[in-house]
Amino acid sequence: MSSILLQVIISGLLIGAVYALFSSGLTLIWGMMNVINFAHGDFVMLAMYTAFLVWTVFGGGPAASVPIAAVVLATIGVLSYFLLVRHIMRGPMLAQILGTFGLALLLRYSAFWYFGANFRTLPDTLLGSPFVLGSIRVDAPRLLAGAVGLLVTLLLHLILTRTALGSRMLAVSEDATAAQLMGIRPEHMQAVAWALAAGATGIAGALIATFFYTSPTVGETLAIVAFVTVAFGGFGSVPGALLAGLVIGVIEAVSAFLIGPVYKDVIVYTLFVLVLWMRPQGLMGKA
Amino acid sequence: MMRRALLPGLLGALVLAYPLLVAGFPVYQRLGALVLLSAIGASAWNLIGGYAGQVSVGHAVFFGAGAYAALAGYAQFGLPPIAGAPIGAAVAILIAAAIGVPTLRLSGHYFSMATIAVAELVRVLITNWEWVGGAQGLSGPAVPRSLLDLSFTSALPYYYIFLAVLAAILLVTWRIEKSRMGFYLRAIKDSERAARSLGVAAGRCKLVALMLSAGLTALAGALYAIMFGFVDPESGCGILISVKMLIMAALGGAGLLFGPLVGALILVPLEEISNSLLGGRGAGLTFVVYGAIIVVIARFLPSGLLALFTGPTPARRPLDTEPSHAA
Repeated sequence: MSSILLQVIISGLLIGAVYALFSSGLTLIWGMMNVINFAHGDFVMLAMYTAFLVWTVFGGGPAASVPIAAVVLATIGVLSYFLLVRHIMRGPMLAQILGTFGLALLLRYSAFWYFGANFRTLPDTLLGSPFVLGSIRVDAPRLLAGAVGLLVTLLLHLILTRTALGSRMLAVSEDATAAQLMGIRPEHMQAVAWALAAGATGIAGALIATFFYTSPTVGETLAIVAFVTVAFGGFGSVPGALLAGLVIGVIEAVSAFLIGPVYKDVIVYTLFVLVLWMRPQGLMGKA
Repeated sequence: MMRRALLPGLLGALVLAYPLLVAGFPVYQRLGALVLLSAIGASAWNLIGGYAGQVSVGHAVFFGAGAYAALAGYAQFGLPPIAGAPIGAAVAILIAAAIGVPTLRLSGHYFSMATIAVAELVRVLITNWEWVGGAQGLSGPAVPRSLLDLSFTSALPYYYIFLAVLAAILLVTWRIEKSRMGFYLRAIKDSERAARSLGVAAGRCKLVALMLSAGLTALAGALYAIMFGFVDPESGCGILISVKMLIMAALGGAGLLFGPLVGALILVPLEEISNSLLGGRGAGLTFVVYGAIIVVIARFLPSGLLALFTGPTPARRPLDTEPSHAA
């Protein structure tokens, strides 16, 4: 029993690291410019299909699909920023919500139309046999996803806090006009934020695709996971998203194990509502 | 005076006579009824989403409460579906209070996300709740047992029922718009902080608007269930139900009396046409078009179509967004 529970917790931590990675993208955009990207889950979905196409067309594994998905999604992120978000962020709030929501529908149902509603999966054996340590067995794709998820989230945090680029982005999010007077172009920094956020999401999506089914509506579920993670961790906080992602991964895995897989979503959504109720600024957010 | 009454009078007569004008074409009668039904839901959404500016993306919960109450009353107790409507409305109002009290304190984005999460939570719960049919859903009476079942083969009676309900909702909305409450709601929408500083009980106003909106949305759900005689988790509580209400109101003009009706007049025929032209695969493409329309509205017409006629669009905020941290 205890070794099974340990195994469940480890697999929860691994998936949690991936949640942390794609939630970092959402939290970065929110913290940077007070816009919530309702299409975020569908960005993950696009990255999953990218990985799927890389496999079916070139026979490439994660070593190819992760960088390709990162570039594809970063491009989509920058395009979304310049064509849509840059304009709607100055409009009324309804327009902001509508804009990214419309983008979500557009992406989701374009995928539905093009790929059909069928679930797609990459072959299990893509990465070789499970990794065994004592009585603990971890599937190779999950181990890879967890490790890369953790590393890239930390890398993103370092970029935001330890580089000149990160400081410029922070300056724009604090006060765009003042940043402009210091010679920083807010639009460039915001575009960079979209590229980083969507690129991180692309990496996460390509990793998830190695062990999770891909379907046009998968983004709906994942978007809610990302909202929960971001709300829990605190809007705008990458370390918060990391901590919250790990916690949520473990809660999901343990509740699926103890109560049943159907109710893991119920637990997570309930948690979300409770967090909004009791601590709207999240674990690590500014009050 | 005569001239000013002419156009509304003509339009009103046209709306009343429409099903008789297309008497030979049941498809168009049905289309008319569907437009009105969608306009009922979108007008109910408009109270909280349009006038008060609190963008709910979870109204499917209230819609589902009405639809499920109508058919659960029939499936479990043999009641006529319409008897479930008040129960559904009561449940929806309770849910609205439970969602509203904690989340309306928060600024707009939080409220939108919380409503999505609650809607998804309820959808998952309903899918696993056998008493209301689980994933299979519930059906209404196959053959009408009496007139009370409101089960008709022709769409004509539905058209007039929906028209009466829509007229009542628009009347209520119009009265609110002209009342103190209406001014409060618009003040909150423009700047909640300023409204509060002038003594508006913002929290209570928003809560009342949400509860009223929820009750009316449940009515729309009950009417849907009565007309279609079927509801399942996707058609009763799916996220697209919420999205459609939101889009119709926004396309026509959120916070304008006839905005949702105008939106429904455009989008419902569009959906029906693309579904019938494109067949099974059309479902996907319909929502691609929906998505594209929403993006275009948000980008170029943030105040909706009717705003083109009613006045200038609100001033845009400068590049600096508002202070970001909400709570």
